[in-house]
Amino acid sequence: MRAFTYSRNSPAFRTVIFSSNPIKSGPKFKKLMFVRLVFESFRRQKRRKLLACAAIALGVSVATAMIAVATGIGDKMSRELRTYGANLVVTPQEDTLDLQIGGVNLKPPTDGAYLKESDLSNIKSMFWANNIVGFAPMLPVNITLPKQGKVTLVGTYFSKTLSFGKQSFVTGVRATDPWWKVEGAWPNDDSGDVLVGERLAAKLGSRAGDQIEIDGTEHRVSGILSTGSTEDDQIVAPLPLAQHILGRADVVRRVYVSAVTKPEDSFARSDPKTLSPDVYDRWYCSPYPQSIAYQLQQAIPNAHAEQIRQISQTEGTILSRIEGLMLLVTLAALLASALAVSAAMATAIFERRGEIGLMKALGAGKTSVAAIFFVEAALLALLGGSAGFAGGAFLAERIGKLVFDSQIGISPVLFPIVLVIAILVTFAGSAVAIRRAIKLDPVYALRGNA
Amino acid sequence: MTSRPKKRRMLMRMLLRSIIRGRGRTLSALLAIVVAAAAATAMLNLFVDVQAKLHSEFRNYGANVIIVAKDGQTLPANALSTVESIIAGRDMAVPFAYVVARTASGKAVVVAGTDFSAVQKLDHWWSVTAWPSKPQQALLGTRAAQSLNVSSQPFSLSFQGKSIQLATAGTLQTGASEDSRIYISLSDFEKWTGVGVSTIEVAISGSPAEINAAMQNLAQRLPSAGITPIRQIMAGEANVLGKTRSTMLYSAILIIATAALCLLATLIGWVYDRRRDFAIMKALGASSVAMNGFFVGEATLLGIIGAIVGFAFGVGAAIWIGHASFHTAVVPRFGVFPIVLVGSVFVSLASALLPILLLQQVQPANILRGE
Repeated sequence: MRAFTYSRNSPAFRTVIFSSNPIKSGPKFKKLMFVRLVFESFRRQKRRKLLACAAIALGVSVATAMIAVATGIGDKMSRELRTYGANLVVTPQEDTLDLQIGGVNLKPPTDGAYLKESDLSNIKSMFWANNIVGFAPMLPVNITLPKQGKVTLVGTYFSKTLSFGKQSFVTGVRATDPWWKVEGAWPNDDSGDVLVGERLAAKLGSRAGDQIEIDGTEHRVSGILSTGSTEDDQIVAPLPLAQHILGRADVVRRVYVSAVTKPEDSFARSDPKTLSPDVYDRWYCSPYPQSIAYQLQQAIPNAHAEQIRQISQTEGTILSRIEGLMLLVTLAALLASALAVSAAMATAIFERRGEIGLMKALGAGKTSVAAIFFVEAALLALLGGSAGFAGGAFLAERIGKLVFDSQIGISPVLFPIVLVIAILVTFAGSAVAIRRAIKLDPVYALRGNA
Repeated sequence: MTSRPKKRRMLMRMLLRSIIRGRGRTLSALLAIVVAAAAATAMLNLFVDVQAKLHSEFRNYGANVIIVAKDGQTLPANALSTVESIIAGRDMAVPFAYVVARTASGKAVVVAGTDFSAVQKLDHWWSVTAWPSKPQQALLGTRAAQSLNVSSQPFSLSFQGKSIQLATAGTLQTGASEDSRIYISLSDFEKWTGVGVSTIEVAISGSPAEINAAMQNLAQRLPSAGITPIRQIMAGEANVLGKTRSTMLYSAILIIATAALCLLATLIGWVYDRRRDFAIMKALGASSVAMNGFFVGEATLLGIIGAIVGFAFGVGAAIWIGHASFHTAVVPRFGVFPIVLVGSVFVSLASALLPILLLQQVQPANILRGE
């Protein structure tokens, strides 16, 4: 037994033997001896300690990484869900009814109200400006093509740089509608180039690079647009061209806004006018579709902003499903790592029942033996937990980079929580083994047949 | 001299005894295997199943394929029944017919005829105050209701000289073009206008390959119609699904790797701890083949038992997680079992052989002396 070799001549050994001796068992001496026992156990059994420590570190790092991923996935996924396109639409308050069937606009061009294009940069001055992934104004006008007759031309931003104060940002359909595909090149927002929808292009026989006559002037077709939707029958052009055809400067018909939002709940649906100032602030400062729509209305004069329910409502459903799934997977991971750590601790203590038998044979009480092992377990948990937390943060970052191309941050607040959980799990894992080892008759323990 | 069968019986006996006598440590080693196998089973099961589950969740976005008549005409009269026979019960199809009608005051408005019960199932995001239940009842888009100012009293619409009397059942809000339309039932619509269905929206669930196959099938049966996927919905789905799957994949790899490593550590400890058994057997003259066989047999047995118990727990966990997050059960994948079995036996063997190879170089006397 290794235990014999190191403790025979040490003062600690003597103290244990003569623990009934009033002179040598003062509280100070006992404390010293306790520290010494723990220290020696760490110094002499490096392999065992390292193994237990590694098990704890592994468990904690997976737990930490999974917690970070589960808490971060809502934000990441709602950004990914923006590939579904705009979830908010801004229209003029006094607008007349749309008369649109299958992508063909039947509304007379003079009808209806407009928003001012120059007001749009206000969108980036909103409280939730950073949640706005992009926006695209739309101005449909009717034109007549020589061969085809009446066709809708939509003026919009493709990838336009706007400036607000000192900041500048790029926005347009390429940000809001990522599924639009162009064969050829995207037109420049300042040019007179246009995109022709693929079905219309098939009818006209036009290809990228051709010229097309719109409203009496020749324009270059920079590409053929395919969206799988109504734009396939339309011409999409830079906004100034549509404004020129309409004969009105600085106007847009509607604005599609793609914003990262939080799934709607009953609080989100409350009417801002009926809320008390405190509650109103809380509502205003939550990125609900409703509160972002409300802020859009404030930012753009005479505007009415609304959520596009197909996108925003379904987004909430999908998001809560994925979040729920990850939460449960995280729970399962926590449970699995807790059990793994417990099993590792149980084996580690089981190996040492000879030592426990020795201590008991020398007169140590059950509580002091248990105390030694629990302190050891706590130290292991602290060491393994700290290493595991660092490892977990690294893993979470890797997953974020690999899957979402962005970082999954980890809150430092999590560190003490993770450490406490690690200690509790380690204690729980050791408790049964320590109890059994203490109950064992020292004679059997020392003889080696448990 | 002992004969071979006797030797084998002795080995068997030692194997069993050692497991029974060392219950505590065997159980904790077994627990580690069970946990690892259960974690692996649950994650593999979920990973295989999550795609199918999410596909059906994504149908909350509504139709992903649209069938339209070419050049502004209407679809053949049997188009809807043809579509329904192809998608047969699994998926959903909703017909739409449109005209521009005029109100009594001469305002133009788009009127659509549809099947309300189908729309209700397909388009979950339609926020409707009350669905029409009787003939000659209409569902008004919020903007149409405001603009036409026909809130409660019956109103009339006219199309090409024919007029219809309608009562308002409720209002509809979607935030899109539906808000400026008036919806009535398809039978009312056809009786009044004589115009047939021009658009059928279809929600086909399944993987991109399955959707493509269904679309080709539709195109063959309805040669006169244009069948297009709604790219917005398809692209979004592919993207989000891909990200969810990769997150699940990395989580699964992490969890399984940790479980396997912890298992390795526990088992190495377990075998190493029994070096006295090893030394005694060797001192009594056991051959090293028999010794290896002994430990290998024990590890394999442990691995198999652990895999079976762990598989059962893992399937349970996967079913529970699937149920809690999707409200439908995850189908247990028994195809996962061989992987889990082979994996856990392999790890058990690896962790048993590693310490044995180390111990073989040590003299039994040294081990027995406690060095």
